[in-house]
Amino acid sequence: MNRLLQQEEQMIPEYKMSSENLDFYYGEFKALHNVTMAFKPCEVTALIGPSGCGKSTFIRCLNRMNDLIPISRVDGKVMLDGNDIYSPSVDVVMLRRKVGMVFQKPNPFPKSIFDNVAYGLWVNGIKDKAFVRDRVEESLKQAAIWEEVKDRLQDTALGLSGGQQQRLCIARALAVKPEVVLMDEPASALDPIATQKIEELIHQLKEMYTIIIVTHNMQQAARVSNVTAFFYMGKLIESGDTDTIFTRPRKKQTEDYITGRFG
Amino acid sequence: MTTKATQPMDKNGIFESNPAYDKRRKRKQTLFFILFRGAAAINGIALLIIVYFMVVNGWRAISWEFLTQPPMEAMTKGGILPCIVGTFYLSFGAILAALPIGIASAIYLNEYARPGKTVRLIRLSINNLAGVPSVVFGLFGLAFFVVILNMGVSIAAGALTLGAMSLPVIIGATEEALKSVPDTYREASLGLGATKWQTIWRVVLPSALPGILTGAILGISRAAGETAPIMFTGAVFFTPKLPTSIFNEVMALPYHIYVLATAGTEIEKTRHLQYGTAIVLIVLVLGMNLIAILWRAHLRKKLK
Repeated sequence: MNRLLQQEEQMIPEYKMSSENLDFYYGEFKALHNVTMAFKPCEVTALIGPSGCGKSTFIRCLNRMNDLIPISRVDGKVMLDGNDIYSPSVDVVMLRRKVGMVFQKPNPFPKSIFDNVAYGLWVNGIKDKAFVRDRVEESLKQAAIWEEVKDRLQDTALGLSGGQQQRLCIARALAVKPEVVLMDEPASALDPIATQKIEELIHQLKEMYTIIIVTHNMQQAARVSNVTAFFYMGKLIESGDTDTIFTRPRKKQTEDYITGRFG
Repeated sequence: MTTKATQPMDKNGIFESNPAYDKRRKRKQTLFFILFRGAAAINGIALLIIVYFMVVNGWRAISWEFLTQPPMEAMTKGGILPCIVGTFYLSFGAILAALPIGIASAIYLNEYARPGKTVRLIRLSINNLAGVPSVVFGLFGLAFFVVILNMGVSIAAGALTLGAMSLPVIIGATEEALKSVPDTYREASLGLGATKWQTIWRVVLPSALPGILTGAILGISRAAGETAPIMFTGAVFFTPKLPTSIFNEVMALPYHIYVLATAGTEIEKTRHLQYGTAIVLIVLVLGMNLIAILWRAHLRKKLK
């Protein structure tokens, strides 16, 4: 165990983010067991596994979104650039600005398209109108939705289709220039065409961001990710190169899952 | 029905339908739906009957003078302007006092407070506050606002008493409205590096506002029709003057009805005035409710 930890510490410069012996409890229920894994910058890591395996719980530990659950408890460390994000001195508001999140269901605010993307800038104290306008445009372009909405930025975001709403939510997350982008099944509520757009988008975004994506869809994991991690019953069973995981998994459970024998 | 077990079944357990049974259960459904529809209809009918009696007995009293004159000749003639003005001031004051406290409490309970003993105790108090009879609020107002805080019988004391009485309703309505804001909004906002307060102020409250305002106005309009809380604290038997300060005493519609019907010198002679006053009170209360509903519709449209 000690050797493993030492290795982790030596590896830090190479990794943007990592978890070390992470346990997570909902009240009495232990939802994560001793999860240790690391994420390289400018790579896409996919977390796969059957429902209830802890992959969403894990991703929500990475920006402390689970803090919102009153009876939850975390043991272990989550490191971002070598600093433990659960240490008491960490400002969780600043953390979430660096570690952005896209949720399963598109959740735009009931505001205009422009206001949705500008929101993250406003709450972070940016008032310069020209700057905000430029950043909104830049973010919408990055999220590949600019052409569809540029003529109706003042319309309500709730009038967009589900796929457009999700790309808007991605633009909203990108506007504050996060370093890591967490995506919790970002395409599971979308149709195949919208899903394809999101996947293409992930391909482009990984040039600039560390992306961690939870997905139910193994083809999606195979298509978009560099690294795949398989979770089962709250444990990280195995992680590695996506190609390796899908062709030569080391563990039997992984093989059973990806060949569709359960889950 | 099933205990008879006379249904012919094949070996897969698929049974033929029993026309007599099917007919019976459809009749049962129809019967219960008629009962429920009747129960719902009683509400509407009750309101219609009340309004009908008011109008039949009181329409002769309604006139321009009735709405713009003070009572005259031992309240057997003249109008009820001081009562209308008094009830308006009392209700408005109650909103001013209760809305901020009620909304703030609900935000604390729903958005900030971690479940525990303190929160349970506060909730218990609020629920009990809702169950306190209105006359007890009147006595509380008399003891606390009128005497201890030395406000005297005044708009201020009456409005604060009505406000205290509306607090549980306002808190309840606000909490419901806050609960109806999807958590995904809160998560999205916090995920962008907003503080909890920014999230509440910029996302949660705007979404909850329609519900909060309607709940609040409904609560106040309920209080506006109360007699007991104001009879010791703000309303008086008779004063022809209109108030010039919040420390003036006032006449009020519900108390005026009570006075005319039980304590006046000419109870029979003022019957139509009693009904007329009741019509004005009902119109005022329904009007406030209507404003609340229109306002909510307007805000909802703006959100969409």
